[in-house]
Amino acid sequence: MNTMKRPKLNLTFGFLLVLALLYLAPLLLVLMNSFKGRFFISDAPFAFPDSQTFVGLKNYISGLAKTGFFQAFGYSLFITVFSVGTIVLFTSMTAWAITRVTSWISSTIYYLLVFSMIVPFQMVMFSMSKIANMLHLDNPIGIIALYLGFGAGLSVFIFSGFIKSIPLEIEEAATIDGCNPIQTFFLIVFPILRPIYITVAILNTMWIWNDYLLPYLVIGSNYRTIPIAVQYLLGGYGSIDMGAMMAMLVLAIIPIVIFYLALQKYIIEGVVAGAVKG
Amino acid sequence: MQRMSKAYYAFFTLPTLVAFAIAFFIPFLLGIYLSFTKFSTVTNSQWVGLSNYIHAFTENKDFFNAMVFTGKFTLVSVVLINVFAFSLALLLTRKIMGTNIFRTVFFMPNLIGGIVLGYIWLLIINGFLLRFNVDITFSPKYGFWGLVIVTNWQMVGYMMVIYIASIQAISPELVEAAQIDGANAWQILFNITIPLVTPAFTICTFLTLANSFKLFDQNLALTRGAPGKTTAMMALDIYNTFYGTTGYEGVGQAKAVVFFLLVGAIVLVQLRLSRSREVVN
Repeated sequence: MNTMKRPKLNLTFGFLLVLALLYLAPLLLVLMNSFKGRFFISDAPFAFPDSQTFVGLKNYISGLAKTGFFQAFGYSLFITVFSVGTIVLFTSMTAWAITRVTSWISSTIYYLLVFSMIVPFQMVMFSMSKIANMLHLDNPIGIIALYLGFGAGLSVFIFSGFIKSIPLEIEEAATIDGCNPIQTFFLIVFPILRPIYITVAILNTMWIWNDYLLPYLVIGSNYRTIPIAVQYLLGGYGSIDMGAMMAMLVLAIIPIVIFYLALQKYIIEGVVAGAVKG
Repeated sequence: MQRMSKAYYAFFTLPTLVAFAIAFFIPFLLGIYLSFTKFSTVTNSQWVGLSNYIHAFTENKDFFNAMVFTGKFTLVSVVLINVFAFSLALLLTRKIMGTNIFRTVFFMPNLIGGIVLGYIWLLIINGFLLRFNVDITFSPKYGFWGLVIVTNWQMVGYMMVIYIASIQAISPELVEAAQIDGANAWQILFNITIPLVTPAFTICTFLTLANSFKLFDQNLALTRGAPGKTTAMMALDIYNTFYGTTGYEGVGQAKAVVFFLLVGAIVLVQLRLSRSREVVN
């Protein structure tokens, strides 16, 4: 670093600082508006709350009542946690079996799963939601099976790529020591997969937590997840309660921000690893 | 490890395969079949041949317009997102204070779901347009650029992170050697950085292309296709055809098959292009 470069870098720093503030502005704007009366939001979204427009937590109270937010949060959390757990467990098992047993069955499974990644959801949404109805999967437990089916493509793909790079000798040694395949997988292979299942878990969490259409079509009429609850506020007839809307947007963002700040390092690494392999 | 018995193989693969069959494979095949039938539930379908496909394009211009709109939107988004993401990555790989904090901030919108993102920006965009006494539904242009802004805000950080990883993987010796040879910053950018970041360009183009082309949630939250159906992208048009009017489920399914074929074609072209580029390298 020579001294000539200093002022230039400071200029870059200033530019990035302004840009970062602009990037955060939409979130702060929603936060600010969530404390304003419902009639002062659409008409003057950029005005700070003043003594006339400030309503305290009123929007939060009415929003919570209208959407059943805590229930929606519970459903979202339940579905996300158990779907992600199920996906990590079963797709890593599948990826290991089809990578280690080379046969036409294994490669057929692999290519079918990879193929499913490129098919848009609209292609299957109608028939899938009808089948889910028929099989009584239209509840927060049944939907976990659907997420396993939809998440299998990307997850098996990422796991397989990594498993190929694990030396076979480790597993052969375990077999010689008397491990059956189940023991070999859970005692030897699964622990080695740790960095990859963090990647897989993060990618699937980001998708399932924010997913709107699948839960809306399959369980939306009885069980509202957070995206469905937010959409529902605007979907109804009559005037829209913008105050409640702002409060719900804030409540929908808070868990994501906490999750992100706590696990930032893993999330960014996981996303990069997932993208480079996928 | 060829010696895994059939029972063990089934134990490892069946749970995923059963879920995959229910959620994806059977609905996929059924979807192709249903696109040639008239139906309102899966069980009352009647074969009608290609009539759904013909209806999809001839009954009205909705689907065709949605294709054009989606194409334009995807083109603009892919270019803008990658230009912004790569520029930010270049800035953030220089020795500047607080690069990690900046990276954190720029990546954050990516974690927020499309529905919530759409409503956040609806407030802002309508707030600006209020000065001209209109809102986002006034002109398709507003909806178009609104969607471009939302997807940029969401995806630039994601692509930036991939570019940063790729730029950081370039060995510093290469850059130093070029500097000793008297190369200026632009020469280093065009002759070292950009060629070596090509794999990241391929990945990012693919991701932005696929995500922009299949965009749904943001479209639903921001414009719902308004004014009229002029800002409905293909995914939203298919959804509206399915669930908007009874009797059009078959047409919706036919549109979905066309949509799938387009996405498939894009992926194949992309794969072929990136393979040939890798061979050249």
